[in-house]
Amino acid sequence: MSRTGAAVLALAVVLLAAFPLVVGDPFYQQVVVMMLMYGALGAAWNLVGGFLGRVSFGHAVFLGLGAYTTLLLLRTHVTPWLGIPVGGLVAAAIAFVVGRPTLRLSGHYFAMATLALLAMTHVLVVNWSWAGGAVGLEAPIANNAWLLLFRSRAPYYWIAFVLALFTLCATFALARAKAGYYWRAINGDEAAARSLGVPADRYKMLAFALSAALTGAWGGFYSIYIGFIDPDSAFNLTLSIQIVLVAILGGVGTIIGPWLGAALLIPLAEGTRIAMGGSGSGLDLLLYGLAIILVSLFLPSGLVTLRLRRGAARR
Amino acid sequence: MALLDVRQLTRRFGGVVANRDVTFGVDAGEIVAIIGPNGAGKTTLFNCLAGHDAPTSGSVRFDGAELVGRTPEAIATLGLMRTFQVPRSFAAMTVQENVMVGALLRQPGVAAAEREARRVLEAVGLGDRGMARAGALSVAGQKRLELARVLATSPRLLLLDEVAGGLNPTETLELVEILRAIHARGVTLVIVEHVLEVVMRLAHRILVLDFGQLIASGTPEEVVRHPAVIEAYLGRKRRA
Amino acid sequence: MLEAFVTGLSNGLIYAVVAVGLALIWGITDVINFAHGDFLMLGMYAAYWMFTLGHVDPTLAAPIAACALGFVGFLAYALIIRPLQRGPVMIVILATFGLGLVLRQLAFIFFSPDYRNLPDTWLSGGIRLAGVSLGRPQVVTGLVSLVVIGVLFVLVYRTRWGSALQAVAEDRQAASLVGIASDRVNAQVWMLGSAMVGLAGALLTTFFYVFPSVGAVFGLLSFVAVAMGGFGSLPGAFLSGILIGVIEAMTGYLIAPAFKTASVFVAFLLVLWYRPRGLFGRW
Repeated sequence: MSRTGAAVLALAVVLLAAFPLVVGDPFYQQVVVMMLMYGALGAAWNLVGGFLGRVSFGHAVFLGLGAYTTLLLLRTHVTPWLGIPVGGLVAAAIAFVVGRPTLRLSGHYFAMATLALLAMTHVLVVNWSWAGGAVGLEAPIANNAWLLLFRSRAPYYWIAFVLALFTLCATFALARAKAGYYWRAINGDEAAARSLGVPADRYKMLAFALSAALTGAWGGFYSIYIGFIDPDSAFNLTLSIQIVLVAILGGVGTIIGPWLGAALLIPLAEGTRIAMGGSGSGLDLLLYGLAIILVSLFLPSGLVTLRLRRGAARR
Repeated sequence: MALLDVRQLTRRFGGVVANRDVTFGVDAGEIVAIIGPNGAGKTTLFNCLAGHDAPTSGSVRFDGAELVGRTPEAIATLGLMRTFQVPRSFAAMTVQENVMVGALLRQPGVAAAEREARRVLEAVGLGDRGMARAGALSVAGQKRLELARVLATSPRLLLLDEVAGGLNPTETLELVEILRAIHARGVTLVIVEHVLEVVMRLAHRILVLDFGQLIASGTPEEVVRHPAVIEAYLGRKRRA
Repeated sequence: MLEAFVTGLSNGLIYAVVAVGLALIWGITDVINFAHGDFLMLGMYAAYWMFTLGHVDPTLAAPIAACALGFVGFLAYALIIRPLQRGPVMIVILATFGLGLVLRQLAFIFFSPDYRNLPDTWLSGGIRLAGVSLGRPQVVTGLVSLVVIGVLFVLVYRTRWGSALQAVAEDRQAASLVGIASDRVNAQVWMLGSAMVGLAGALLTTFFYVFPSVGAVFGLLSFVAVAMGGFGSLPGAFLSGILIGVIEAMTGYLIAPAFKTASVFVAFLLVLWYRPRGLFGRW
């Protein structure tokens, strides 16, 4: 990463860290929290979709798994301090199980299979009454730091910020490690990679499981942030596509891309929702859809190209 | 004991027998060339040796270990590497990153892999193209990249599939020198070649394949005088 | 149970029409048209308004809806797909997602989210076939679907135009070398695929509710059908569409209606387990 790039990033981190101290309005804080979450979800998705090149449309399934795990554990009085990481682990475990048959599928089929998994899980959970069935689960209302439950929204901002920083550092480190090179090689030409000794199956599974783990952990956060989870919000196709959107429109296969994509799309979605969606007019989503089309048409390689185009030296 | 020991290797595709009872050995430190008219089954042979394809019958032993049934990556880890006839670079990655993927097999970390990659790129003459996108290289450059990539894995035996194809005379001579240098570092070479100049300058031994079968084996001088070889090449009005 | 099976068959034929239309677009232009279900929705509204405002019966409105959607498909190709062809394929797919969203919201704004349905048309009523009672609209829709698919297959497999299509699907560059204008073929395919779905939508109004997000489930099932049948295979999409209809109906009857759609996904994943390229996929 270039000097200016690092400087800009550092500045952004500082600004984000200071944000809730300056802006107390919970609405704006929520927008930024959602921005951080989608940026992180996009970054996690990127491990499989960008580096490895396997587009997953059903990634929200891991989010849902993490969310449900965390809330179910909370119901048995296990603190989300544990519940969130465990949610990530559960998601990774499921990824490990379903990864075996799905990762050998080629691109389009893999994408559809992940969709099918998402849809299937949705139905399964709807019919699982112990997990709340169609009604879902609620987090208790309390002000208990040990249980990560707060009445004010500000502490959640810090948790999201720390999680986001962690996600950024993790994806950054992975991209520059052996794994990052091997993933990109598999994406480039899997047979050629194998002939160089790359254990393709192992690394594909690694990307899948790590991506699921991060997504699941965020699912855990999401559940206590919203305070409530149900199959429709947890295993939501639109959310799943939104993750892909954020990563792709930001710049697929780049580290910064998803965060840029989230920085654009989330405030746009939230802003239009408040400005126009309140009356149920549907204009907000209309504008959102138009924005997606326009960004695709004018920046087909993602928002990242805006930065690269401004004369920055080629890598 | 031969480093590479191929016994009765046969590969059938339905009714077509691409390789029939191919048997030969390669000792460590040798340079063996495999020649033959187009369609003789040379690339199929390589695919079977490197694990990309499974022989219908026969055995392949590398340093005593049976290779048939192993995955390409397992065979690569043992030290047997191959290049592809049509270069298959990781087009979106840089030249240096391509070679690093190879280097990461043996090097203990990314930094060490980077150093090894740079060293290898210098050795094959691509030292100044390290930051270029692999997909942007010319065909000759991509062939060199293929070579650099497998070199970075510190191989024991290299299967080179037509590395000299499409090169002008200067490039061909450069390639011969590069291959000599590689050999001098202790790598055993098995090369499939159409460019006889390369074969004659480098090979200790030549194997001739025709219609999937081994029809001759010997030193270059012996092979060019072999009647079956002459017939295979000239009898069917084909130019090597 | 026979009744469930036959219902499944007739539903399946509709899924098949939608799926084959999608398979055409997907196979030739390599774009997963996320707006496909919403094209269906537009076809439904077209027929609905033609009936409500013009008293045009859906069976007559169907060809008109088909033409209208063909035009929509052409616009989508010309304005969105073609400019993006050279970029990463994912962007095109996401752009279609945006398009679908826009169409859905436009319907929401202009037509309101109310569920609408058509009162009796000349098709209404039931038939008794071999001891099974069926709705007449469903049967007619199923038969028309069959005919439409049949016509399409004849077009694709027995005409020169169809051969050009298959050539482009097989190898775009080679096809252009022999003089086949792949751009024109792309546009034609988008028009044809969208027209098919518009027709299906129009016919659907005779027995299905019309509302802005009606396309969602049909769209999703058509994606699954195309993948299950195998990419590049029109017969595969056709067969899978029917299979999905039958599986759905039988599950609803034998197990529980709640698991209808889930069973389709389970079946899909099972197919991929044994055949990683779908039933008849070529790549």
